Amino acid sequence: MKNLALAIVVILFCGACKSDNGKKALPILGERHAVTKNVNGSQVTDTVYHTIPPIKYINQYGDSVDNKKLDGNIYVADFFFTTCPSICPVMQRNMLNVYNEFKQVPDFKIISYTIDPQHDSVPVLKKYADKLGITGNTWWLLQGSKNETYQLAKSYLVSVQEKNPAGEYIHDGYFILIDKQKRIRGTYEGTDPKEVSKLIDDIKILRAEPAVKTQ
Amino acid sequence: MKLKVIGGIGTVIVLLITAMFISCQSDDQIEFNRYYSLGNVIYQGHCQNCHGARGEGLRSLIPSLTDASYLKTNKTILACLVKNGVKGKITVKNILFEGEMPPVDLPPIEIAGVLTYINNSFGNKTGTVTARQVELDLNNCRQ
Repeated sequence: MKNLALAIVVILFCGACKSDNGKKALPILGERHAVTKNVNGSQVTDTVYHTIPPIKYINQYGDSVDNKKLDGNIYVADFFFTTCPSICPVMQRNMLNVYNEFKQVPDFKIISYTIDPQHDSVPVLKKYADKLGITGNTWWLLQGSKNETYQLAKSYLVSVQEKNPAGEYIHDGYFILIDKQKRIRGTYEGTDPKEVSKLIDDIKILRAEPAVKTQ
Repeated sequence: MKLKVIGGIGTVIVLLITAMFISCQSDDQIEFNRYYSLGNVIYQGHCQNCHGARGEGLRSLIPSLTDASYLKTNKTILACLVKNGVKGKITVKNILFEGEMPPVDLPPIEIAGVLTYINNSFGNKTGTVTARQVELDLNNCRQ
């Protein structure tokens, strides 16, 4: 009897998760806080979500990339370096699936930040992109200041560290999904093909979200 | 009666020979299986991230392991490539690669395992590479 009651509670809980008019919605991740504003004489409280701060980078074509270039785009970000012997090949193999799925979509991008900008110059990144078989402006490999990249990783909720004594960089293999308002909508283990399939599904859900007016 | 005895002995001999034949074959098979399953584990731990679960490599960055003619031509240096790594240009499946493969310091039996695995997976089929063969090949590495 006790078990039955427990089972019912569990089922109710699971059911609750699935509701939302049958439509799946992605969560908004990161810190948030409430802001109360005075709009037309009345107090309005709004939730302010964590967003990716402004960036200043150069892509594999030598073009500068800032937030403006990303405005109005859904994008997936990750951190890598071209000489990475461990998890990067697995991540790139999986990211190629994302690339192939959405490379025709004009307002979708993939952003891979190098965490070894000293070695990964623009020509090195271009050569790497060519060998990976990526063309056009869907997938950018970005080079910028090392400090900025390490700070930026934190705002993507990703951990990257300096070279360890063995000369290796330790970094997370996460793919981060960012919406058009620069908010984090999902994080996925980039080394796991199943999680990357979920990322592809989630990008489709995010693309179907109604557009939000920006000021 | 005599015929029956001869027939009986004949049957026993045939059975014996068959049994010997089967057991000889399965000795080879057991040896192969041992190397292959060891190699499977080594492959997952040391090779799979880059070369892929199906030996497919990664575009023009990392060579595939499905080039039967490369494996055949370079049969005697494969152990050296694993042990000492690869630097400089190599051509696999008509694609020029110029990256670097780090050396993987494994004992001969494990190199034999992983080579047996690679040489009999991904569409390749060239039989067992033994630890003894690997030791001989390692003595002849260019360096």
